[in-house]
Amino acid sequence: MEDKITNIRIAGLGGMGVLKASLVLSELLFECGYDVKKAEVHGMSQRGGSISSDVRFGKKVVSPMIPEKCVNYLLSLEPEWSDVHKVSLAENAVVISPADFDVSKLKSQKAVNVAALGVLSNYLDIPAEKWLEVLKKFFPEKLHKANEEAFLLGRSSKK
Amino acid sequence: MADLKRKLLSGNEAIALGALHSGCALGVGYPGTPSTEILEVFSVLGGNAEWAPNEKVAAEVALGVAFAESNSLVTMKHVGLNVSQDLFFTASYSGVQGAMVAVVADDPGMASSQNEQDTRSLAHAGGLPVLEPSDSQEAYDFVKLAFKLSHRWQIPFIIRTTTRIAHSNTIVEYCEDKIEPLPAADFNKDISHRVMVPGFAKPAHLRLRQKLAEMRAWNNKEGPNKIIESKSRDLAVIADGVAFQHALEAAPEAGFFKVGMSHPLPVESIADFAKNYKRVVVVEEGDPYMTTLLKAAGINVEDRAEKWRFGELNVDAVKAQIEGNLDFAQPVLKAKPPQLCKGCPHVFSFAPLVELGCIVAGDIGCYTLAAMKPISGMDMQICMGASIGMGLGLRKVLPEEKARKVVSVIGDSTFMHSGLTGLLEMVYNPPATGHIVVVVDNSTTAMTGQQENPGTGRKLDHSPTNAVSIERVAEAIGIQNVKVFNPVREGAQIKEFISEKMKTNELTLVVLRQTCILAAAQLAKRKA
Repeated sequence: MEDKITNIRIAGLGGMGVLKASLVLSELLFECGYDVKKAEVHGMSQRGGSISSDVRFGKKVVSPMIPEKCVNYLLSLEPEWSDVHKVSLAENAVVISPADFDVSKLKSQKAVNVAALGVLSNYLDIPAEKWLEVLKKFFPEKLHKANEEAFLLGRSSKK
Repeated sequence: MADLKRKLLSGNEAIALGALHSGCALGVGYPGTPSTEILEVFSVLGGNAEWAPNEKVAAEVALGVAFAESNSLVTMKHVGLNVSQDLFFTASYSGVQGAMVAVVADDPGMASSQNEQDTRSLAHAGGLPVLEPSDSQEAYDFVKLAFKLSHRWQIPFIIRTTTRIAHSNTIVEYCEDKIEPLPAADFNKDISHRVMVPGFAKPAHLRLRQKLAEMRAWNNKEGPNKIIESKSRDLAVIADGVAFQHALEAAPEAGFFKVGMSHPLPVESIADFAKNYKRVVVVEEGDPYMTTLLKAAGINVEDRAEKWRFGELNVDAVKAQIEGNLDFAQPVLKAKPPQLCKGCPHVFSFAPLVELGCIVAGDIGCYTLAAMKPISGMDMQICMGASIGMGLGLRKVLPEEKARKVVSVIGDSTFMHSGLTGLLEMVYNPPATGHIVVVVDNSTTAMTGQQENPGTGRKLDHSPTNAVSIERVAEAIGIQNVKVFNPVREGAQIKEFISEKMKTNELTLVVLRQTCILAAAQLAKRKA
């Protein structure tokens, strides 16, 4: 494992599943053997307001918060509000947004977060089966199929 | 090691697990961001957990448990320590026989709070020892340590967390074969140690200062602190809590004294460490607590610019502090402000008040968002329960025409927390124009995530219990006019009733009752 830390920020509005997506992502990276730290703010901001969560992973992570200009991947779930995080991007960073997949193909708009993780999965060296296994842990069984479809929709998007 | 487990946990989850593994007989608290999840997780893990009406009652219950030679955990956000301070500042004198651990979660940067007070300063004033974890592993370890130390020194211990400890997930390793059993509760009479009348409190204060001196000596020698020496003697950093993590990333080449127990501060060992370095910088979130104590002890730490008192620290801010860059500014990102949910009953509750041109003394909860545009329907908000007293004060001095417009608005959970004493004042010292209290009752503690309260008829784990009736309490206290409406369906009637009562000199309490839409969804889910 190389020493470099990878920084992922998931941003959107309260109620969009930002925190759920970062929980899934951090658990996945943890189960894949990385050191992981995740930082976010709960409470008042969740009432429909702007929200973001930082996930950092690598061999050894120190601060749980991503320093400025160090975001390698930005999952911008509500670009109108979450694209503001572009000021924090590192060089050659990747921005993932709902424009990367055909949102109309999602059975539920609530699965935008999972589809965005699907896009992100193209950039991380983790097999799709592992992603789907961890996703299942965080959702009730009735959503497993819809989530798998949403994840694969994102994953099949162009890199 | 047998049965080593490894999990990615939030600080709050790690604290709950640590309490469970420490033989904690009861966890009690009042919801408050960022502390809320501790007791919820403790309950789910099988611990005995309860929401109290407020933090003071929670701390009282916790002290009773510890007087009975058992172990208690009490949780709250930073401002909850103000509510319960009366208990804590004398429980440090009386001490405990079992163990009592208070987790107090600070909110530097005020993500979801009305101020950014620093628990270390209060704990110092009250003679209460403080442990400060810097990640989830330490949150787990320090809770276990706090139970041991509380029992050893017979004093309540405080764990100070901050938002980035409480709500950050980091890896925790623990052994399930090292779980402490619940202690056997008992009561042994010892009047002079538990009745804090002056004759007993004077020696108790001396005992407290003696304990603090012993704890300081222990902390210097074998406390949960960590030294990382550096080859270069140019720079040393003294840091606690999550600030240590930021500093370690910002200045990996520096020497470090990581403070795990910040009260009583291990001043002598810090002095011993600091004397080898040219520059010594203290990195701490909130008050210059360590800076002031270390400077007073004559240690060569640098002054901390006032700039670093405000908001949260992060790697960039710590770098700027070390560089002495006072022009440093965090990027301010355009953000959508929080707002009341679509269909929220509070939106309906405020409409008649705005239409009547009321002067609204408000309170703390989701409904505080009604102060924002487009409603702009709340004129003041300070702390839990203050709406009633502030409204009465306004009524007592304003010219009559304006006094009649004053209304106090308070939520159901806040009413249970601190509204009752305000009602007593209202009946005892009624303003000449009377007064109107509006309880916006959405039958939950909504803002912190829909927790139960004494009015909901359900306990922390949602099992049924007695429900306190706000209207019957108000009647019993002696409020003349008590009426319940549904804010969603009866807007016109509410407006008419309040308008009519504003003209009288009577005391009125209106309950606007409609379940929070998020809580209703949770209720339906639990039923299914």
